[in-house]
Amino acid sequence: MTKPAAHLETAIVEQDTHPMADLLRMDRMPHIWCSGCGLGTGLTCFIMALKETGIPEDKVAVVSGIGCTGRVAGYLNLDSFHTTHGRGIPFATGLALANPDLRVVVYSGDGDLVAIGGNHFIHSARRNMDLLVICVNNFTYGMTGGQAGPTTPISAKASTAPYGSYDYPFNIPYLAIASGATYVARWTSLHMRRLKNSMREALPKKGFRVIEIICPCPTAFARKNRLGSGLDLMKHYHDNSIIKHGADPREADIDMNGKVVCGTFLDIERPTFRDFQTENIATQLGGE
Amino acid sequence: MKYWRKPLDADTIKVPHGKIYVVREQCKGCSFCVEYCPKDVLELSQEFNKKGYHPPIAVREEDCVSCGLCELICPDFAIYAELIEEGETTEETPKKTDKTEKAEV
Repeated sequence: MTKPAAHLETAIVEQDTHPMADLLRMDRMPHIWCSGCGLGTGLTCFIMALKETGIPEDKVAVVSGIGCTGRVAGYLNLDSFHTTHGRGIPFATGLALANPDLRVVVYSGDGDLVAIGGNHFIHSARRNMDLLVICVNNFTYGMTGGQAGPTTPISAKASTAPYGSYDYPFNIPYLAIASGATYVARWTSLHMRRLKNSMREALPKKGFRVIEIICPCPTAFARKNRLGSGLDLMKHYHDNSIIKHGADPREADIDMNGKVVCGTFLDIERPTFRDFQTENIATQLGGE
Repeated sequence: MKYWRKPLDADTIKVPHGKIYVVREQCKGCSFCVEYCPKDVLELSQEFNKKGYHPPIAVREEDCVSCGLCELICPDFAIYAELIEEGETTEETPKKTDKTEKAEV
């Protein structure tokens, strides 16, 4: 068999030489995510953003729930915890309150954060807890076999909705803003640089910050809806996403064939839970 | 990097040149890097890795500008580019030396 000449030029290396190997648990690689899944791209952006902010590794904690995205906590070589289903935010709340110097990131999926952990999500936003929530939205419960989830668009097929889902889906930026988040952005897996910049911007901030990543799921969502491979979904996002900073989140609903509105929806500052708590304790104990 | 004529800012702006490294056994053949490489450097190879996927190969590595997009888009942490030199900006045909000399004078 004749090898192509170019093959000899391409350097084949071992996994330890990868520039992100220091922040990943390389003994667990290759990860479980399917070929064409966008989760790894989001994780790459997160690692790059973390490196660019220069926050020391021991000052960052990553908490995940259950699901495909929940594996992130296990793959990152940081202080991380893989909680029970939907309970990423309560665990992270405890971490953030006990150790105010810690930058706590909740990295989880749409089903985990806004369905099973939906109540924690809205109440943590209401309190304005110091958390960065990265919500990867793939429109389905991927790990358990493609059931209809809280973000499955109307008329999309799922294994529990063979004739199409007829529940109105959650619009995560709208939900977050209505509940009281201070920084809300949405990007797709294809907007790598903008997503990275958004994460870099949100990491040092205070308050409840939400970044939604629209992510292709070729195995569960795309297969049931005949949308093709992960690459086809990326091309779909390329053609159908609009970048509109400061857009009205009410207009950011996602339909099966409609446009995906991306951008930074909100970036404000308001006192956090910890600000109120310290202020209140100081007044109660006599002004110290 | 070769251009049809020497750009006016060639002495201030250097086009970088990169080398591509592939972690062959970690690739899952999604071809994101092949599709979105802005310089079309990569192609899927004909060979299989251990898992049965076709990892990418750099067929036009001389065009790589080390932009880092392949590293950023790869969901499997299987490819990265490293800057090897800042690179010289040259003209496509080195025959026009008399013209450039005139321009320099």
